Amino acid sequence: MADFDQELDASGLNCPLPILRTKKTITKMEAGQVLRVIATDPGSVKDIEAFCNQTGNELVSSGEEGGKFVFMIKKS
Amino acid sequence: MAGTEKVAMICTKGTLDWAYPPFILGSTAVALDKEVSMFFTFYGLNLLLKDTSKLRVSPAGNPGMPMKLPYGPEWLRKIDWAPKLPNLFMNNMPGFEWAASKMMLQSTKNHGVASVEELREMCQEFEVKFLACQMTVELFGYEHSDFIDGVEFVGASTFFDEAGDASKTMTLYL
Repeated sequence: MADFDQELDASGLNCPLPILRTKKTITKMEAGQVLRVIATDPGSVKDIEAFCNQTGNELVSSGEEGGKFVFMIKKS
Repeated sequence: MAGTEKVAMICTKGTLDWAYPPFILGSTAVALDKEVSMFFTFYGLNLLLKDTSKLRVSPAGNPGMPMKLPYGPEWLRKIDWAPKLPNLFMNNMPGFEWAASKMMLQSTKNHGVASVEELREMCQEFEVKFLACQMTVELFGYEHSDFIDGVEFVGASTFFDEAGDASKTMTLYL
């Protein structure tokens, strides 16, 4: 079973697109739901963290899978 | 949430390369839940025109710009042509500005960077306020119909009113 409600593949996109797509997707979700974001932009590691800091959403996890960056964000 | 609640920007530059910072920062700031106003004046007005095809990179007098080919094999792409081409040549060679602009557009595509139009649309979708300086609109002989929809034509005092309380607003001059 997947432990997330929605997935966003931002592979190949560069700053600031992964953040903008994340914002657009999470806006449509409900509080408590989890969004899984996949990105290839190395800047996204710090940027997704900053996004969560600023917006109050919770960064559940951040890691690397098969050369890509994977984030789990829980909507506040 | 602590910190900045609003971001106010003054955008004064009208080249293709300098079109990026305002729209990147504007769209990102809204994504981080800030309220954003962008005031476009002088050459910055170019960034709000319906037709963005006149936006160009200016290699003339720009020693900071590397000139790398966005096409061809890896070894060729790695060469930085800028120090090899005298600035005098870049200033006077017809078509050089056009070529540099084409190369920049190709590079942005190669690297998954959004287009200026795409970022601008994103700003509008996120409800960034676009303010155009009415005085420079007249100075440069533009009509309101030259600009995209949703632009407000205002003066300097509106900018200060938008920027408002400095303890809550970050003001950027670009």
